[in-house]
Amino acid sequence: MNPANYLYLAALLFTIGAAGVLIRRNAIVVFMCVELMLNACNLAFVTFSRMHGNLDGQVIAFFTMVVAAAEVVVGLAIIVSIFRSRHSASVDDANLMKL
Amino acid sequence: METLIGLLVAAPLLGAGVLLTGGRRLNRYGHLLGTLLALVSFVLGLVLFANMLGKSADDRTLTSHLFTWVPVESFQAQVGFQLDQLSMTFVLLITGVGSLIHIYSIGYMEHDENRRKFFGFLNLFLAAMLLLVLADNYFLLYAGWEGVGLASYLLIGFWQHKPSAATAAKKAFLVNRVGDIGLSVAIMLMFTTFGSFAFADVLPAAKGADATQHATLTGIGFMLLLAACGKSAQVPLQSWLGDAMEGPTPVSALIHAATMVTAGVYLITRSGAIFNVAPDAQTAVVTVGTVTLLFGAIVGCAKDDIKKALAGSTMSQIGYMIMAAGLGPIGYVFAIMHLVTHGFFKAGLFLGAGSVMHGMNDEVDMRRYGGLRKYMPITFVTFGLGYLAIIGFPGLSGYFSKDKIIEAAFAKGGTEGWILGGCAMLGAAITAFYMTRVMLMTFFGEKRWERDAEGHEPHPHESPASMTIPMIVLAFGSVFAGALFSLNSRFVHWLEPVTGHSEGDSPLSTGAVTAGTLVVLLLGVALAWLMYGRRPVPAVAPRGSLLTRAARRDLLQDDFNHVVLVRGGEHLTRSLVYLDHSLVDGVVNGTAASVGGLSGRLRKLQNGYVRSYAVSMLGGTAVVVAATLLMRAV
Repeated sequence: MNPANYLYLAALLFTIGAAGVLIRRNAIVVFMCVELMLNACNLAFVTFSRMHGNLDGQVIAFFTMVVAAAEVVVGLAIIVSIFRSRHSASVDDANLMKL
Repeated sequence: METLIGLLVAAPLLGAGVLLTGGRRLNRYGHLLGTLLALVSFVLGLVLFANMLGKSADDRTLTSHLFTWVPVESFQAQVGFQLDQLSMTFVLLITGVGSLIHIYSIGYMEHDENRRKFFGFLNLFLAAMLLLVLADNYFLLYAGWEGVGLASYLLIGFWQHKPSAATAAKKAFLVNRVGDIGLSVAIMLMFTTFGSFAFADVLPAAKGADATQHATLTGIGFMLLLAACGKSAQVPLQSWLGDAMEGPTPVSALIHAATMVTAGVYLITRSGAIFNVAPDAQTAVVTVGTVTLLFGAIVGCAKDDIKKALAGSTMSQIGYMIMAAGLGPIGYVFAIMHLVTHGFFKAGLFLGAGSVMHGMNDEVDMRRYGGLRKYMPITFVTFGLGYLAIIGFPGLSGYFSKDKIIEAAFAKGGTEGWILGGCAMLGAAITAFYMTRVMLMTFFGEKRWERDAEGHEPHPHESPASMTIPMIVLAFGSVFAGALFSLNSRFVHWLEPVTGHSEGDSPLSTGAVTAGTLVVLLLGVALAWLMYGRRPVPAVAPRGSLLTRAARRDLLQDDFNHVVLVRGGEHLTRSLVYLDHSLVDGVVNGTAASVGGLSGRLRKLQNGYVRSYAVSMLGGTAVVVAATLLMRAV
């Protein structure tokens, strides 16, 4: 099968994720979209690894997973504490940084 | 001997210090202390003079270096004195006339509660004036120059409770500032051109200057002339002298007749080496002198205030001196000679005027005098001798000094010489007219005085001895000084080593000039007698011709200053303020407003929505990626 198809899929997934981050307001959904983008990247890495015949991409994919796991821990903790203080998981409500 | 020069200045300076800081406990004998110190200075001057006479003519200059005032790299301002024949002449005039006027002031200021302060100021003036004429460099001369300006300001405004006196003092100070700028610029030019401002460096360097430096020297000459115009009340900076008569009369006699106002003549004569190589500046000096000698004389004809009439006369006589100084080596000696004789007779005339005012309840209007010769015989005789001296009556001092100047003016040669000589001659005629007028209105005719506002009728009386003795001494000077100086050309030989002297090539013989001067003198006197002697003088001034009315207003000099300088200055300031508000402030405020507006718009990007930040991040990334790809494609 043509490996380029995997790259199209990765690009599609990344676009869906990016659109979700930009459009959705629910912090959990935004978060899931971020994960989707990360995994789209992972897919691209692995595909390139296969295409070039070395393991660099696969190694990077593992790194990404580790970083994503850590990010999930921190991110979810933040979302939960914001939800506790503001009774909302909408990202638009957390706008205290606005002038 | 050298140390005596320093003491000469130090004595009156000490007097000023003690009298001005000593407070009220010195009131009882402060005037005696001030007079004593002036006399000490005079005696020191006489000792130095005797010492100088004992030496040969080329070996008479004494120098005394005291200390370095401003030591900065090549800028070395020294405090040092130089006593040569020119300075000596001034020292004797200043301390001599100064001492007499100190003595006179004891009587004149007797009823003034600030008499101690007055003597302190007089001593300060003496010290500053001596510093001016004794300095061996222009920088120290400038210090003296400012010092006399300060003393003049303080003394004109001595009765500062009178608004007119306070204003007059301010006016004198401000007009003098304009001249002082000239002197400071001249000193700066000297320093950049010659690297020094000591007489010993600048004057020989000016003499040997090459053609490239002549333009600078002309500039220096013009700036020195500006300085002289301010200090010596020459056109166009003459307007302060008439108002300066608000000061006590001894001040008018000492500062505004005999000494300070002649500082400009000293400056030009001292800087003769510069003017000799700057003919354009010299022409300007002659022009200023000639214009002023006629200007002052015309003003003097119309004034009814005795002191203002004499002030116009002072202006005119200094015009003669400046003109003579502008003639170059043919005139320097005669400028100084007229300066000295003028010091005697004009101080005498002012003291006489003060004596008249003293006896007339401080009335200054000559139309309220009349017939005073019976009441004040000594004042009449001394004033009369001063009068004969100033109009140039043969044998008296003014005759010798003024005739020499008129002769030198003719000797300038060519058309210029005829014009200058003619103007000088005309000036002599007008001098005879206005001085005769003063004499007739004051001492002759019927008495015209009236009760003053409080109903007191003045009782004219002779002044006390402390006032009459100085007048008598000055009258002697007015009579004999000229003959003494002219005998065997003594004064010429005396000053020649300093100022240089050359006989001009006059188209007229000495006899012709003398005869011509006598004729115009008689015409002037006769005209004055026809107008003021033969028929009674009206107690209220008649309307007079257009010229008379203009002359009463000082030939519109104040109006001119008001219209051109005050109004012009106001318009200039207003337009500058407008420019400042519209242009400068416009740029500043405009920048601030546009930065503010821009940042107000930029601020909107900070909306607090995470997703809009994410859009900008995404956009930025897209731009970077696109750019990278584009670069790679190229």
